[in-house]
Amino acid sequence: MTGAFSSINWMLAPVLVPLAAATATFLLMGLRGRTRRMAQNAIGLAAAVGIAVSALALWAMVSGGGPVRYELGGWEAPLGINLYADGLSVFMLLTTAVVGAAGSVYTLGYFSGREGEDVRRREYFQDETGSFWPLWMFLWASMNGMFLAADAFNLYVTLEILGLSAAALIALGGTRMAFSAGMRYLMVSLLGSLAHLLGVALLYGSFGALDLATLGESASPIPPVWAALALISLGMALKTGLFPLHFWMPSAYTGAPSAASAMLAGLVGKASFYLLLRVWFDVFEGSVPPGAGQIFGVLGAVAIVWGAVMAMKQTRLKTLLAYSSVSQMGYLFLVFALVAGASPERGFEAWAGGIYLVLSHACAKAAMFMAAGVVIYSVGHDEIPRLHGIAQKLPLAVASFAVAGMTMMGLPTSGGFTAKWLLFSASLGTGQWWFGVVILLGGVLAAVYLLRFLNPALIQVRTAKVYRDAPRSMTVAAFGLSLFSLFLGLASAPMLDLLAVGGPFGGGS
Amino acid sequence: MGWSAMLPLLVILSSAIASFVIFFLDDDRLKLRQTIYLGGQVVKLVLVLVMLRGIYFEEDYELRVPILPGIDFLLRVNELSMLFLVLSAGLWLVTTVYSIGYLRGKPHRSRFFGFFGFSVSATAGIALSGNLFTFFIFYELLTLATYPLIVHRDTPEAMRIGRMYLVYTLSGGVVLLAGVVALQLTAGAVEFTPGGALTGNEAIGAVLAAIFFVLVAGFGVKNAFVPFHSWLPAAMVAPTPVSALLHGVAVVKAGAFGIVRVVHEIYGLDLAQTLGVLLPLTIIASVTIVYGSFMAMFQDELKKRLAYSTVSQVSYIALGISLFSLTGSVGGIVHLVHQGIMKVTLFLCAGAIAETLGIKHISKMGGVGRRMPWTMGAFALAALGMIGLPPMAGFISKWYLGLGAIEAGQPWVIAVLVTSTVLNAIYFLPILYSAFFGKPSEEVAEAPEPEGRFETDPLMLFPILTTAAITLLAGVFAGVEISPLGWSEIIAGRGTDYEPRN
Repeated sequence: MTGAFSSINWMLAPVLVPLAAATATFLLMGLRGRTRRMAQNAIGLAAAVGIAVSALALWAMVSGGGPVRYELGGWEAPLGINLYADGLSVFMLLTTAVVGAAGSVYTLGYFSGREGEDVRRREYFQDETGSFWPLWMFLWASMNGMFLAADAFNLYVTLEILGLSAAALIALGGTRMAFSAGMRYLMVSLLGSLAHLLGVALLYGSFGALDLATLGESASPIPPVWAALALISLGMALKTGLFPLHFWMPSAYTGAPSAASAMLAGLVGKASFYLLLRVWFDVFEGSVPPGAGQIFGVLGAVAIVWGAVMAMKQTRLKTLLAYSSVSQMGYLFLVFALVAGASPERGFEAWAGGIYLVLSHACAKAAMFMAAGVVIYSVGHDEIPRLHGIAQKLPLAVASFAVAGMTMMGLPTSGGFTAKWLLFSASLGTGQWWFGVVILLGGVLAAVYLLRFLNPALIQVRTAKVYRDAPRSMTVAAFGLSLFSLFLGLASAPMLDLLAVGGPFGGGS
Repeated sequence: MGWSAMLPLLVILSSAIASFVIFFLDDDRLKLRQTIYLGGQVVKLVLVLVMLRGIYFEEDYELRVPILPGIDFLLRVNELSMLFLVLSAGLWLVTTVYSIGYLRGKPHRSRFFGFFGFSVSATAGIALSGNLFTFFIFYELLTLATYPLIVHRDTPEAMRIGRMYLVYTLSGGVVLLAGVVALQLTAGAVEFTPGGALTGNEAIGAVLAAIFFVLVAGFGVKNAFVPFHSWLPAAMVAPTPVSALLHGVAVVKAGAFGIVRVVHEIYGLDLAQTLGVLLPLTIIASVTIVYGSFMAMFQDELKKRLAYSTVSQVSYIALGISLFSLTGSVGGIVHLVHQGIMKVTLFLCAGAIAETLGIKHISKMGGVGRRMPWTMGAFALAALGMIGLPPMAGFISKWYLGLGAIEAGQPWVIAVLVTSTVLNAIYFLPILYSAFFGKPSEEVAEAPEPEGRFETDPLMLFPILTTAAITLLAGVFAGVEISPLGWSEIIAGRGTDYEPRN
């Protein structure tokens, strides 16, 4: 290693920092009460800062000098562990850095409930064992590891850790519902990883390689490749929650403690989608059977409408948000249909549009779940019919919800606007206008289901009793993140430049 | 980036920042709020006047920021921008002064003024946009900024209408977005250019015509074309200053202004005529004009009648634009301003009457003219202008529209104008008659005597008199070069060999 700030260190930092923090906070679990909380909080926040700094440094590095590859321990591709960072990797690292930082701040207040408090609530707001921080840091490390992994096996390892820590976070809710939701998510997650592992095994059997770049060079349209692609796609569609494989999402997102729901809905589902993008566009770019993308596209289009319609029928805020996620995840899968047979320019539009939605939706949906958490913290429940006039009592929470909602509706200047503009442009440009119709329809439907909560919330009536004020860290994190999502649409130029680095479609030119 | 590039942005930000600060003030910080707010307005007006002078001497103001590949956020000022901008900045000041009187002692004033200012900022953005992409951004922001104003009363009824408003306008926005993207794909980056930006060679005629109709349909919701108009009368649930703003300059006008931009500065009159898209637009506008006037006759609620009147009158703009004649265009463009000042006057009067006497229905307006002569006088002036009586502003619009119809070889449009004028008279004159000569209604008889020197709150009365005076002046001095008419002739004549008539 040469120099403390060489590129190598910056590439390891996004994984090692949260891993170290996870270990440290894990060891601190032996302590009790306030001391433990303060120590864990300090370590967690420091890690969030460290991750943000390293992601920014990688951004500068990749924009300046193109994609970077690093061989861990000096072993070359077939044997050692390789790390690889291109524009997409850094983009995803930035996503987790932003949402993760806001989430970390949020948890400071979220878990401030004292033992023995009135617990007739949806959520306990306590972390008696101090296990939130270690789990969250493991989760973060696994996501960052996945974004930097250069081979299919490491993708599997990170995927597995991701699933385990996410399931544990859901179960941390402490209620019966949270526990069963956690168990169900664990099954789904294991099934998804298993499918991925089978696919990887098939590839290894055919080509004797696991390195993504090597696989990309040797892959050709032959049946084992198709089988591997089908297995991996199925597994990842399950973990991302593509209709009709979304069945686990409502219970998982609703049952989890809101601090965890925000991270799950915001980030975890996006990680498996990232894997899918890598496999489709970097590895098997030329060997995807024609029409395969259409299957994803059609399912995605159905998801957009189905999720929105189901969201309108929900009476609980968090379930509404979960179905909104079903709808928004549908947008991501349109990418696969839109790039088929597209010119490089339109192909890049579709691909970048999908990825931009990953970032925008991550920020916005996390902010909305955080806002829902504030409501539950203050009122004790999130049943929409009983939340009339709540905006008078919790103005900032409702404002966060509304501002973040602009991304769901695809309105300027939110990041969702940029993303949907790109996707829509690609759908018209490739002559697949029917997807365009669904893209636009989804935005209007989003307005309808968001108003299902916002309208009653804004009415001036005698409102439900507010037990206690939510800690400022919760409201500030939610509102800050929602504002961030609102202004993402104005920052799209540098972000798209970043995505073009080492991306498929030659960066759109 | 030079000073002249930042000026358009500053115009938008001056009102936006003042409004943003307002949100953090308690409702009873009256003085501070008014100082900040009016300060923002004065700054804005000064900037607008500086820019107006600059444009007159043919300076350029342009701010360009790349957002997406091949798509810029573009603010660029031309004569048409200024027409709309001056209207919005001026009416903002008038309606704000009025609102201070109107809302005296009512709750949530900080919220009200905050979103009111945001709406005006969005309108300024619409005026200054240099391409459809930027236009669309502000167009949608306007929808969001006006929603809290429409539901300001926070009743379940207001909420229901607010939802209807959002669904209508967001659907319109979605259609507009489709048109904007389609145009971007066919013709690349299209910027507003006097005389038209398209050459007609970008794609086959049918495609360009189809995009034209998608764009017009998108604007048509806010412009309240039949059958997309039902949100407008319903939106009367909003406080009166909001209605005035909505009808006079912000929402409805944004739709009309968009249509002007599309016809004149994207397609250009010649290309639009070649594509054959003008006549359908004339027909839609004519149907809306007659339908709106017809429906207005049956409304007893004053604000509802005014709302249907807006449905009708705003389509005069599209009508003028759609005539293949520059005279017609002048009539349409000038009506953008004339309709704004007349309709604001009418709404402000309606609000003053409702606040002072508690009268909201026309059937109870007997004798109002004797109790509130100044207010009703202003109302009469604006109403006669709407009917098109010389020398009021409305007459100028109708005169040019009629001339344009003949030039364009569409004499049947005259029949539309005449029908509408007759209907205007039928639904406005009885109000005037009963207000001045009718038997005083119970409400008027029981109304308390005015407390001060004036018949109503002076902060409400003076704005009314100001806009009424402008209605008269705009008509009398239409021949002056800097009148709305003179300015409209400059706008319509750009890029052509059109000679102003005076």
